[in-house]
Amino acid sequence: MIPEIGYFSLTLAMVLSVLLCIFPLWGAHTGNLRLMRAAPSLAVGQFAFVLISFAALIYASLTDDFTVAYVAYHSSSTLPWYYKITSTWGGHEGAILLWLVMQAGWTAVVAMRSQSLPWILRARVLGVLGFLGVGFMLYTLLMSSPFELLLPYYPVEGRDLNPLLQDPGMIIHPPLLYMGYVGLSVSFSFAIAALLTGKLDNTWAKWSRPWTMTAWGFLTLGITIGSWWAYAELGWGGWWFWDPVENASLMPWLVATALLHSLSVTEKRGVFKSWTVLLAIAAFSFSLLGTFIVRSGIIVSVHAFATDPDRGLFILAFLAIVVGGGLALYALRVSEVKSEGRYKLVSREVALWLNNIFLVVATLIVLLGTLLPMIHKEMGLGSISIGEPFFNKMFAILLVPFAILMGIGPLLRWKQNKWAFLQNKLLLCALASIAVTSAWLFLGYDDVAPLTLLATTLAVWIVFTTVLDIVDKTRVHGSLQNGLKRLSVSYWAMVLGHIGIAFVIAGVTLTSAYSVERDVSMKPLEVVSLNQYDYRFEGVKDIRGPNYSGHAGVVTVLKEGDKVARLYAEKRQYDIGMQFMTEAAIDAGFTRDLYLALGEQLSNGGWSLRIYHKPYVRWMWLGGILISLAGFMILGDKRYRNNKKREQKNQSEVA
Amino acid sequence: MNPRRKKRLLAVTSVIFGLGAVVGLVLYALQENINLFYTPSELIEGKGPNLEKPFIGQKLRIGGMVVPGSVVRDESSLEVSFKLTDTGPIVTIRYQGILPDLFREGQGIVAQGVLIEPDVIEAFEVLAKHDEEYMPAEVAEAVKGIKHEKPKYNLDSGN
Repeated sequence: MIPEIGYFSLTLAMVLSVLLCIFPLWGAHTGNLRLMRAAPSLAVGQFAFVLISFAALIYASLTDDFTVAYVAYHSSSTLPWYYKITSTWGGHEGAILLWLVMQAGWTAVVAMRSQSLPWILRARVLGVLGFLGVGFMLYTLLMSSPFELLLPYYPVEGRDLNPLLQDPGMIIHPPLLYMGYVGLSVSFSFAIAALLTGKLDNTWAKWSRPWTMTAWGFLTLGITIGSWWAYAELGWGGWWFWDPVENASLMPWLVATALLHSLSVTEKRGVFKSWTVLLAIAAFSFSLLGTFIVRSGIIVSVHAFATDPDRGLFILAFLAIVVGGGLALYALRVSEVKSEGRYKLVSREVALWLNNIFLVVATLIVLLGTLLPMIHKEMGLGSISIGEPFFNKMFAILLVPFAILMGIGPLLRWKQNKWAFLQNKLLLCALASIAVTSAWLFLGYDDVAPLTLLATTLAVWIVFTTVLDIVDKTRVHGSLQNGLKRLSVSYWAMVLGHIGIAFVIAGVTLTSAYSVERDVSMKPLEVVSLNQYDYRFEGVKDIRGPNYSGHAGVVTVLKEGDKVARLYAEKRQYDIGMQFMTEAAIDAGFTRDLYLALGEQLSNGGWSLRIYHKPYVRWMWLGGILISLAGFMILGDKRYRNNKKREQKNQSEVA
Repeated sequence: MNPRRKKRLLAVTSVIFGLGAVVGLVLYALQENINLFYTPSELIEGKGPNLEKPFIGQKLRIGGMVVPGSVVRDESSLEVSFKLTDTGPIVTIRYQGILPDLFREGQGIVAQGVLIEPDVIEAFEVLAKHDEEYMPAEVAEAVKGIKHEKPKYNLDSGN
């Protein structure tokens, strides 16, 4: 009964989203206010029905209703309750339903928080969101319904959630990532609505900006947690593999990052308008492309789901309509857009323009590296893979000018800046960062590679220039306290974001350069030393979890004779499916992680163990969290929050 | 030329030069980092219409089924070697380290490494099948043929 309710309410949601697509767009076209006014309630109604549908799936999973094929394939009665809920997005159909929940949720929130917009724009934004909703719901209902039943012969026990996915990371990583992906559809809808209306002024940028920032914040957090999860769960200590699915999330992130920088220019200065619109279309297109890559099965990846070429084809067609339609509209309308402001070569506009160029180039490199193997294969040239060194090399090259620019950009003024004013300050910052980094690295390590020194210096440089900028901007207001209060929220968001990037750069650089790993075979009470830490193997003991059993290698970590930690590196075997899983033991620290993975028992009685010493590895996730906070901070900006009343007047005028 | 046109010309030329430099760099880096995928038969008999064989020292990826009973571990170190096959020819893989959890005899794996002898690969990475439903697509494709042909090795006797 419950699964039928789920399917039925999804159908109702689909009907509402068709109406949401037609009514407001038609109303906006003909100037019919009554049709336009229907949009918000349709949006909220659509969300309610999608939510009911999702709740039905969760209910089926929690009550072990194995008549539902999806539950039978992705859950089991022995699974702890929180993983039963998680299993609803552990497989393809459920993940798409979660996507729908997010899509409908964002649409509903836009409907409720957009009172300040003129009706004609509000209706169009919601109409475009409705159109996207139609596409995804059609896909779910036709191609990937999670409510298919296994009647009359259904299994008594489910096949269990893939042990790899039984991890706290799985609980939060996909929802956050989808929040980001789908959130970019709001920026997309604003762009399309603005193009339809033909009014691409800076008020458009102002409306779009908080939505874009929030979506970007979610995307950042989702990617960060994904990276941490891969590190903790996959058991070989990597945190980024340049896997096609990771690339699929990185591309929209890069474009969205470019977009929000470009939005700030459009909002403050009224230039780059057409470029900003293009980026808004591109950002969402890349998140759709990512979905296509992940769901179509044309790639080889650790993330690959059970795949189906028809599904891929549907998404490809939808992608073509969205991107093609968006670009066609853009081509028709862009000639009407005129930039207002003028600016000189040394100005913040140019710095942000360069920022955009670098981010777009980075996106294209990732795109090339991801798609080339697929194209190669589709053309029948055999299958190839593009190795990590390619991406690492390209990003290392891009990083240098990008990071230098990142330090200078915020110091520049709009319109124009005398280079001479900055010269000395920048030189001071550069010297200080070289000195500090050299002291840091040469005192800490025997061997410092020039590239490591360079990249770390750049991270320090970003921090120093940011601090210099804060000092500069507060000094004019007399006391420091007074000055700090006057800085705007979006300024602090920028500071936080840039410091976050500095942490990511430093973390990635130092952990790549100075991580040490050793594969050893150990017998009980044997001691192995690695980077000033002694690892004493105490033996292996049996373990038993809610739905697995196995054994754990017990290792005591000592530093200069003092106990630092006792680690349990587990090898689990799950009851259903009998799959083995390595659960790494990690002693986390601010400046280093100690990471242990247990291998097999060798024929001489010893155990194989892999020991890693990973310096500063946590910094990159810390950086990622800081960056995402920057995205969420903008919600606290009064400029975007309190314009409701002010602009209600305009609304009545337009209406 | 008026100053505005001059500025535009400068902008356009710099963009073209920048783009050229980027494309050049990318192609250069690509050339070094493209790894071809082989199946054991392709490695032994040659790949493509010209039956090209990889040269010793080439970095490549190989995918196939682990021949049952072929896994040999070193007594004291983490050295391990095993044999891979698809439709007949057998290739030896050597690896130093801990094999992935899902590595099992008779199952599909993908290894990345360097060819050190015509039929021996020193692998630096071994990837195993991910779950019941997932098999590396390349392996699935390579192995598809096996279903029609009788495998050269016998699963029961353990070779």
